Amino acid sequence: MGEKKKFRWVGTRPIRHDGVDKVTGRASFGADLAFADMLWGRVLRSPHAHARIRRIDVSKALALPGVKAVATGADLPELESKDASLGEGATNFRDLSRNVLARDTVLYHGHAVAAVAATTPELAEQALAAIEVEYEPLPLVLSIEAATAPGAPVLHADLVTRGADANIPNVASRIVFSRGDAEAAFAKSDVVVERTYRTQTVHQGYIEPHAVVARTNADGQSVVWCCTQGPFMVRAYCAAVLGLELSQLKVIPSEIGGGFGGKTTVYVEPLAVLLSRKSGRPVKMVMSREEVFRATGPAGAAKLHVKFGATRDGKLTAGAARMWYEAGAFPGSPVQAGAMTVFAPYALESFSIEGFDVVVNKPKTAAYRAPGAPQAAFAVESLLDELALALGVDPIELRLANAAREGTQAPYGPRFKKIGMIETLEAARAHPHYQAKLGPNQGRGVAVGFWFNGGMSSSAEIHLTEEGTAVVASGNPDIGGSRTSLAILAAEELGIDVAKVRPVVGDTESVGYTDMTGGSRVTFATGMAVVEAARDIVRQLRERAAKLWECDPAQVAFADGRCVPAEGSGLSKEPLTVADIARKMGATGGPISGQAQLNARGAGPGFATHLCDVEVDPETGRVDVIRYTAVQDAGRAIHPGYVEGQMQGGAAQGVGWALHEEYVFDERGVLENPGFLDYRMPVASDLPMIDTVVVEVPNPNHPYGVRGVGETPIVPPLAAVANAVARATGVRMDALPISPPRLLAALESRVA
Amino acid sequence: MIQVVIPSGLRKLTGGVTELQLAVKDVRGAVAALDARFPGFAAALGSRFAVAIDGEILHDAWHEPLPAGSELHFLPALSGGA
Repeated sequence: MGEKKKFRWVGTRPIRHDGVDKVTGRASFGADLAFADMLWGRVLRSPHAHARIRRIDVSKALALPGVKAVATGADLPELESKDASLGEGATNFRDLSRNVLARDTVLYHGHAVAAVAATTPELAEQALAAIEVEYEPLPLVLSIEAATAPGAPVLHADLVTRGADANIPNVASRIVFSRGDAEAAFAKSDVVVERTYRTQTVHQGYIEPHAVVARTNADGQSVVWCCTQGPFMVRAYCAAVLGLELSQLKVIPSEIGGGFGGKTTVYVEPLAVLLSRKSGRPVKMVMSREEVFRATGPAGAAKLHVKFGATRDGKLTAGAARMWYEAGAFPGSPVQAGAMTVFAPYALESFSIEGFDVVVNKPKTAAYRAPGAPQAAFAVESLLDELALALGVDPIELRLANAAREGTQAPYGPRFKKIGMIETLEAARAHPHYQAKLGPNQGRGVAVGFWFNGGMSSSAEIHLTEEGTAVVASGNPDIGGSRTSLAILAAEELGIDVAKVRPVVGDTESVGYTDMTGGSRVTFATGMAVVEAARDIVRQLRERAAKLWECDPAQVAFADGRCVPAEGSGLSKEPLTVADIARKMGATGGPISGQAQLNARGAGPGFATHLCDVEVDPETGRVDVIRYTAVQDAGRAIHPGYVEGQMQGGAAQGVGWALHEEYVFDERGVLENPGFLDYRMPVASDLPMIDTVVVEVPNPNHPYGVRGVGETPIVPPLAAVANAVARATGVRMDALPISPPRLLAALESRVA
Repeated sequence: MIQVVIPSGLRKLTGGVTELQLAVKDVRGAVAALDARFPGFAAALGSRFAVAIDGEILHDAWHEPLPAGSELHFLPALSGGA
């Protein structure tokens, strides 16, 4: 894999197969489907952040003309509280069910309490108003400190702190990773730095709200059309929540208008199925933007205390991290991943890491690009910048001196194989950006990021058409250009023009089981399945050529899209193209299709180094990002344009996390900014062109060297921005977002 | 024989043992052997775990073979978000 191989399609930038439909408005997204006899579903949501439900009376709603079905928690089966492995990974379906519809207690403002289906959206709204709910408000906890204080009000009476000697209020688990004697190493260090950092709750901000249509057929099977990152996940989760067999559900994914991890679970999907089964009619449910903010899963707020010891010449001697991550109303924050990533970019002989999964009266968090890692990197990369300043060393040199490399034992256990941490640092150091002069009130920040990248289960099928073109079918909704990447891999293997390969995203009954689009796994794992399926086709092509040539398949080789006599075969035959053989499929044995299924291992970890220049207005505290360069190891970029797009998108979202975005709750736990006017995400005019450098350190475990690229780029920006602000102003902002009022207050307190 | 590294969070169960060698053929066998030697290990590990075999992370690895001389780590299961 070391030498750069010549490829015909890999590394090129064809126009995406779904592109024309998307830019002309023809692509069908979650809310685009409608049926003539369709009902409209709506959800009644809790006005309290924590309350006992004493009574629900739906009789007046059901009596309204045009109201066809009403559902409450009483309609859902009670499930055992345990991690069940069904579909994607493991999920506590009892918690999932109670998030879909509350039972005896509501746990956050906006928690679903009941759902209705009516002939018009207006009637459905009237029906919601007619439902009577009697609540008994309970004391609430809205912060890590409040939730974990002795005697704090608890969300779940049966919650036990797993991994701890004694229960901590509202802490679902305590996790630890350690190696060596960190305390002894700190005592021997020339320099010790430590600080506490905070990040706020932020939303993925996908433009398309969750949308679903469910129709129940006469045979009792419900068909679900929805926007999701995983149709097999929707099938599994809906089946579990509703007590159905998988065979009673079919899920057809629409195009998806962004997910970023937020569409790796279900909210209204089981409700649409339930209302459809109750009413016998198709039911459509589309969340409003306000509902998306109030009741879907953001990334939770976090508090981290990080400590480094170092020698005077910049060698890290030890690290310690204590991390508290908000999970929202049910256990399951990404603190484990945060703890596993927090020191991963560095070779540390001694460290101690302790993490806490904390429930609070806020919406249940969900995955958001590299879940848990951006918060951890914000703390570690900020502290390293502080250390670099204290030691008077260049921040890239400090990182290079301590960088993880092949053979370094990751803090979570295994040793890294070939990785590109050092290569991204060196590429950043060599970039003109790093040497460019800065003006007054400007500063430059450096930060790195790490993400594991995933493998997991994938299926792929390739069907050859009778003209020698190909259809590539997989089960991964395309959120980042993966369809075209899969087509490129098939085209490369089969020697077919990539424009003549049609990549399709199948439903749960037309393609083999495939884990979700997530974990930066699709081009790696499903791509590997596509390569294997293509090789299955090549095997069949050689067999067919052998039939036509009346020889043994071993005498036939395949190269550049043609069957040719193998070297030393003694055959003298004109090459047969894929099209030549495809035209004779029937006569030589029938259709040619290839398939592969695998549980992919060997995902290559991703590393990135980001450079950020900011200019700070000292009078207002406003921060402008004036230059940004993202460097990342992609293993091998199958479609460089989509790799660069992932890097730019991750950087943009990370800048939002650093400078603008936060959920603002009042003291009753009511979100005060549930819309894009008040929840400030960066827009194009907020950002410079984000420069990208794709480094290629091929992953030896993939036939083309692919590493996942979708998540790593959101990990460094939080600290890259904060470090730039620190160097521009001399003020270290250890809490995000660095909004103008916060920075101005910090600047003024410094002057005072 | 394979080398097993005990996760930090489970070392109380193993009396501080951090690494040991086992004569097992797959991940299932490794968990069973550890549970026999350190009662409660399997329950503490739970159903939600991944493994790294010679540095390669794998989910749903219950039946994954462990070649002689390989190194096994237990990891929390992760789900990604992109």
